[in-house]
Amino acid sequence: MPSLKDLRNRIASVKATQKITKAMQMVAAAKLRRAQMAAEAARPYAERMEKVLANLAGGISGDSAPRLISGTGSDKVHLLVVFTAERGLCGAFNSSIARLARDKAQALKAEGKTVKILCVGKKGYDALKRLFENDIIQVVDLREFKQVGFANAEAITQNILTRFAAGEFDVATIFFSKFKSVISQIPTAQRIIPAEIPAGTATTEAVYDYEPEEGEILETLLPRNLTVQVLRALLENAASEQGARMSAMDSATRNAGEMIKKQTQIYNRSRQAMITKELIEIISGAEAL
Amino acid sequence: MATFKFELVSPERILFSGEVVSVIVPSVEGEMTILAGHAPLVAVLKPGIVMLQTDANNGKEFYVSGGIAEVNAESLTILAEQARFIEDVNLSVLDQEIVTAETRLAGSQDEAEQKRLAEQLVQLREFRGVFEDRKAA
Repeated sequence: MPSLKDLRNRIASVKATQKITKAMQMVAAAKLRRAQMAAEAARPYAERMEKVLANLAGGISGDSAPRLISGTGSDKVHLLVVFTAERGLCGAFNSSIARLARDKAQALKAEGKTVKILCVGKKGYDALKRLFENDIIQVVDLREFKQVGFANAEAITQNILTRFAAGEFDVATIFFSKFKSVISQIPTAQRIIPAEIPAGTATTEAVYDYEPEEGEILETLLPRNLTVQVLRALLENAASEQGARMSAMDSATRNAGEMIKKQTQIYNRSRQAMITKELIEIISGAEAL
Repeated sequence: MATFKFELVSPERILFSGEVVSVIVPSVEGEMTILAGHAPLVAVLKPGIVMLQTDANNGKEFYVSGGIAEVNAESLTILAEQARFIEDVNLSVLDQEIVTAETRLAGSQDEAEQKRLAEQLVQLREFRGVFEDRKAA
């Protein structure tokens, strides 16, 4: 039986924790609103880009297609770019992305392919380093960026493109969490090299004039499309992280509340028991006289 | 006057969306004016000013640092790398962009990339000069 002092301490500590989780939840809620707006604002650009690209790519085929669309012709070496958060305490957010990447990596390895992993965000590295220590080629730190923007996405894309140009891999896939709602984020894998051109959207109704040449446009457009995809992954991830943290901290706060209630009940009960016991002692002492 | 739908989109947000009479677009091969009913076109943009007219007396100006413009039967869409309202642009912003482009050129290994960046740098410097003159005038 814990003493009354023990119980009091326990309640105080749970209360302190509850204050922290509550504060984290509110901070996450405020950040979520901004992150969600940023993610939504970036969508039209990505959508339009996809449309233009589909139109362009529809007109180009065969050997003239750039390598970013046609690929290197082999699929031996896979690069997995895993986007996660820099911080924990956000429910299953990091682990679900890491799990998706891990399953994919293991499946590829079972097929005899070589896997290389590029971690964006520390938590993904923490989760994957135990199994794939030797496959992780780089970890990109996101901590310095307060608000992810085009420049950050560009830096990461540049990194990927340099590796592609050097022939370090054949196929690249990005892993991130798509923000659906506060309580639902969907871990997603998306192939970015060779580019996945959405089928069926290519319309041949309009014959475009190109200025400059078609191929030249594609050459500038493809890397930019990559940047847009990376940016989208970053923004969706930022929103998902805050959403996941908000709901995780919300339930943590609720659980702490329940715990406090239970502990307080135990505390009151044992306090009353003690008083009753003392009373009985006094009364029976007086009777004995 | 005939109008058409125009959208100026940057990766971060939509800067303009609405009906316009004409838009002047800084394409890499020279500035051009798009009017309603223009033939379908895809053009790469260089750093410069996008100037639009919503009617005979009202216009707006934006700075774009590059991107592409797509014209189809009913609308014009500009996907800009970076876009700002002209009021938010000053020489220090442009200088900053030149410095960024310079460092990227210095760090780049890919030959095609180097060529592209060098070209962009020339265009940026050119635009900086134009912008300076404009300010002075």
